[in-house]
Amino acid sequence: MTDPNDPNHAAVLPHLAVIGAGPAGLAATVAAASRGVRVTLLDSAAQEGGQFYRQPAAELRARRPQALHHEWRTWERLRNGLRTHVDAGAVRHLTDHHVWLVERGSEGFTVHALLGPEQEEPVEVRADAVLLATGGYEKVLPFPGWTLPGVVTAGGAQAMLKGALAVSGRTAVVAGTGPLLLPVATGLAAAGVEVAALVESADPKAFAGRTGALAAQPGKLAEGAGYAARLLRHRVKVLARHTVVEAHGTERLEAVTVAALDGDGRVRHGRERRIACDTLAVGHGMLPHTDLAGTLGCRLDGLAVYVDEEQRTDVPGVWAAGETTGIGGSALSLAEGHIAGRSAAARLRGTEPDPRAWAAAAKVRDRLRAFFAALDSVYAPPAHWTEQVTDDTVVCRCEEVTGGAVRQAVAELGAGDLRTVKLLTRAGMGWCQGRVCAPAVAGLAGCELTPSRRPFARPVPLGVLARAGEPESD
Amino acid sequence: MRSPVELADAQPGPAFTVTLDGREIEALPSQTVAAALWAAGVTSWRGTRGEGRPRGVFCGIGVCFDCLVTVNDRPNQRACLVPLHPGDAIRTQEGTGHHD
Repeated sequence: MTDPNDPNHAAVLPHLAVIGAGPAGLAATVAAASRGVRVTLLDSAAQEGGQFYRQPAAELRARRPQALHHEWRTWERLRNGLRTHVDAGAVRHLTDHHVWLVERGSEGFTVHALLGPEQEEPVEVRADAVLLATGGYEKVLPFPGWTLPGVVTAGGAQAMLKGALAVSGRTAVVAGTGPLLLPVATGLAAAGVEVAALVESADPKAFAGRTGALAAQPGKLAEGAGYAARLLRHRVKVLARHTVVEAHGTERLEAVTVAALDGDGRVRHGRERRIACDTLAVGHGMLPHTDLAGTLGCRLDGLAVYVDEEQRTDVPGVWAAGETTGIGGSALSLAEGHIAGRSAAARLRGTEPDPRAWAAAAKVRDRLRAFFAALDSVYAPPAHWTEQVTDDTVVCRCEEVTGGAVRQAVAELGAGDLRTVKLLTRAGMGWCQGRVCAPAVAGLAGCELTPSRRPFARPVPLGVLARAGEPESD
Repeated sequence: MRSPVELADAQPGPAFTVTLDGREIEALPSQTVAAALWAAGVTSWRGTRGEGRPRGVFCGIGVCFDCLVTVNDRPNQRACLVPLHPGDAIRTQEGTGHHD
């Protein structure tokens, strides 16, 4: 195999490192490799696909993985495109590579990764340019009992189902808000789990006021209708404008209490009902992974990486595509990845790209961005969700910091931002580095959710850190 | 009842044995610690540092670190990421996993 860091080989073609092998990273890889650029694709998983197209482990030998998926033909096209370029030597696909830092130097970029699953052995890849397709992760707001085993994120339930063909119990409630809840509920039901209820806090009437952007995507509306039919077939009860107010159990989840919401997004007391379940799959939307971009100095636009029309960040040589630039689903990620890959290929070869060449993808991108902006205003957690967070509810799961402790830091000690709350309470200081609790702490503190600066995207052994950047001794 | 394995028509190789706190459980080739434990009906395998509360899978994709577990005497492994091999010894992790 050719060594991508071999200067003789590197001199032949410009080299692009794509980080993330989900829809955006795969589309970018295929687009760039088709246009005279050598690509190294790095991803933490054992197989390409990311979260949306997460595949069952190869050794499980699933003969019908498409039963777990949507848009399967698109996936086959992507996967075959990747294989063709890998076979031709234009793409090197590095699986089980957990990227923790991308460094910009005078002669290009160094991508630092840890080999999984142990994540102790370091790997460095040098490249002329970098394309960040790091995806997103799920936002979950706290409520009493949400730390009980059996309470999982909606995306987590789906990941365990798609990747490991595993479910955590027999009876599930799917709850929260957002378009992800539909495939999670229908997916669990198809896999034999009794889905006792789909609890969505959004008001279906809110869709009516936004018909413009929504109706501009007939395919998406048909997709929604398809889910509705599947929910009906599996006899899943849909409770709209409802929320889970508490999860019950001692050593594990035994039941949840759900309640209706009033027009202001407050729980209607006296109207609660208890549903027995051993699994609660809950989610309140998605957040972009922006750690690598942040350390590179890329400008963020709110919580997402800023990109221009070509998907370039404001750091020369760094492109970004997919959920890291804003949450919008797999079709948007594909369009952005395609544009980013073409732009990067053209510029790495010293030519000015012609945006007319990707006009179709740009049109899809514009439409889907408008569509998801409209969805975002419909799918919202209950306006007064913080009222359900009792003082003894754990908010920071890692450091076991309660809602009461956060409130005390705010009311009595004057904390007004995430960083000050962290310094006073340890909320956000644990293993996950505030990825899970930040939205909750921001809500309780009444401050804006701002992206955290995390120099490294994942925990790094000190020995690796000490040796990073040293010349290799072989 | 239909299972995910049936839904995806999976034909995995033969199951092998691993242990959870000394008790034998079955795992399928390449199955993660979390998946094997779920299949064995186990949903918690960690006690938190502060209150000793039970925890298991939460995010399922390696972000939240809630599913930390000790595998072959190495503490703080993410059960949702680490695949099992025949004979692996999984142990419930109490606290930091470094003082037992």
